Amino acid sequence: MSVPDESALRFEHVTTGFDDNPALQDVSFELGKGETGIILGVAGSGKTVLLKTAMGLLKPWSGKVILFGQDITNFTEKQLFDARGKLGMLFQESALFDSLNIEQNVAYPLLNQNAVKCAPGEVRPRVKAALEFVELGQTLKRFPSELSGGMRRRAAIARAVVTKPPLLLYDSPTAGLDPITANTIMTLIIKERDLDNTSALVVTHRYQDGNLVANFRYNPDDGKLAGTKQEDRKRTKFMVMKEGKLIFDGSQEELEKQHDSYICKFVKKPN
Amino acid sequence: MLNTLKGPVQAIQDFFQLAGTAIRNLWRTPHYTDDILLQMDTIGVGSVPIVIMTGFFTGAVMALQMGRALGQYGQTGRTGQVVSIILVRELGPVLTAIVVAGRNASGIASELGSMKVTEQIDAMRALGTDPIQKLVTPRMIAIAVMLPCLTVIADFIGMVGGFIVGRYIYGIDTHEYWSSTWRALEWNDVVQGLLKPFIFSFVISLIGCYYGLRTTGGTQGVGRATTQAVVAASVIIFVLTFFLTRIFVSVTPS
Repeated sequence: MSVPDESALRFEHVTTGFDDNPALQDVSFELGKGETGIILGVAGSGKTVLLKTAMGLLKPWSGKVILFGQDITNFTEKQLFDARGKLGMLFQESALFDSLNIEQNVAYPLLNQNAVKCAPGEVRPRVKAALEFVELGQTLKRFPSELSGGMRRRAAIARAVVTKPPLLLYDSPTAGLDPITANTIMTLIIKERDLDNTSALVVTHRYQDGNLVANFRYNPDDGKLAGTKQEDRKRTKFMVMKEGKLIFDGSQEELEKQHDSYICKFVKKPN
Repeated sequence: MLNTLKGPVQAIQDFFQLAGTAIRNLWRTPHYTDDILLQMDTIGVGSVPIVIMTGFFTGAVMALQMGRALGQYGQTGRTGQVVSIILVRELGPVLTAIVVAGRNASGIASELGSMKVTEQIDAMRALGTDPIQKLVTPRMIAIAVMLPCLTVIADFIGMVGGFIVGRYIYGIDTHEYWSSTWRALEWNDVVQGLLKPFIFSFVISLIGCYYGLRTTGGTQGVGRATTQAVVAASVIIFVLTFFLTRIFVSVTPS
């Protein structure tokens, strides 16, 4: 696959943080359309801050954030509401609204995002379709507190994809889940990428998550993952973050050749 | 020295910024009417039992003390008058506000604080909703409408409490009690008694929301925010009542 002409997301020398403490320092990268970026790093290395900056939830102190060719760095909150229509985000703890049931949670972006035009009659079918996509079609009336951690994560994926955004941001989608559930979540992420051809940034500290995304594709015939072709592997790139800095940005092959002890900590671990 | 002051000054600035945005949102769409009604029910109707209890026993205790004190001058019949003036002007608004602050500033801070630490506030922004418009403004409107109503209830129930004590302990005549209660009140007492809770309502809602929205540090942070909200709201209500009374005393004829 050739390198896309236009990027889905581009960071140009972005620095940001909280109070006087920088959490991202001079971060630059580009994510092409249809490309998936796997961001590896230990806790506190700035992975979540990077996603929140991409979404405009945090303002850069310096540098530029360019989303689908649009410089959103100095956007007002109102302008950002429209820009965020192109994004779907899975938060670390799912961030489903406790006071709303699953149907209302998934319908929320359809009813509240101005950039998303959804006729009232279409809301319910789209919510059902999104929940069926994550295999939670029977939980419409249940509240988040009644679901297991894995189910909440799946419902949150449904909420992120219901508007069909071209770019998805996943913040530690497998954190705190058992290996089987983690695998289910990764399968959903790959399924979303392959069926809707979306771009994505996946933050994780598990190398095997990135490995799955890079080397497997969703097989719609049996609903399982199958090995992908060599050229399709270029659709996935890896980034490594350390103390707010992006210390690696490249392919899986290049990543595995690195000798840096910090990078090796992620890569060389057995699956 | 400057660094020590930086924190409090920043906090005050953030608070007024939140207050300004919440008030400005009154003229901005969308208006979340359902949320306003829900909050009016939760905060207003939900606080009625505790406000009734507080009002009743405040009036009753005041009548107990006043009846005895006034009895020394042979003026037990004036008990209703004293009870009504103190209740309507001061104790009704302040005690109702304190009780509502204890119940609801804490509730608001813990609810918004939990939403903050579980990233629901960020999710709300990510999904196209302004959290101040959706969470703060409806609570501000709900308390501004309900607190004066609750104060009226507390005042009336307090007078009933005073009447029961006056009638059955000091043997005050029913007609005498209620007519002295009624006669004692002037329009400026009523204005004062309604304006105070209206002003206090902003303290309760905005302090609760402010501490909730700036919560950090997980569940421990939520507990801290809740405590801080109740303490700050209560202290500000007591300080404000002094200044408001000072203003009313100076502008109304004695």
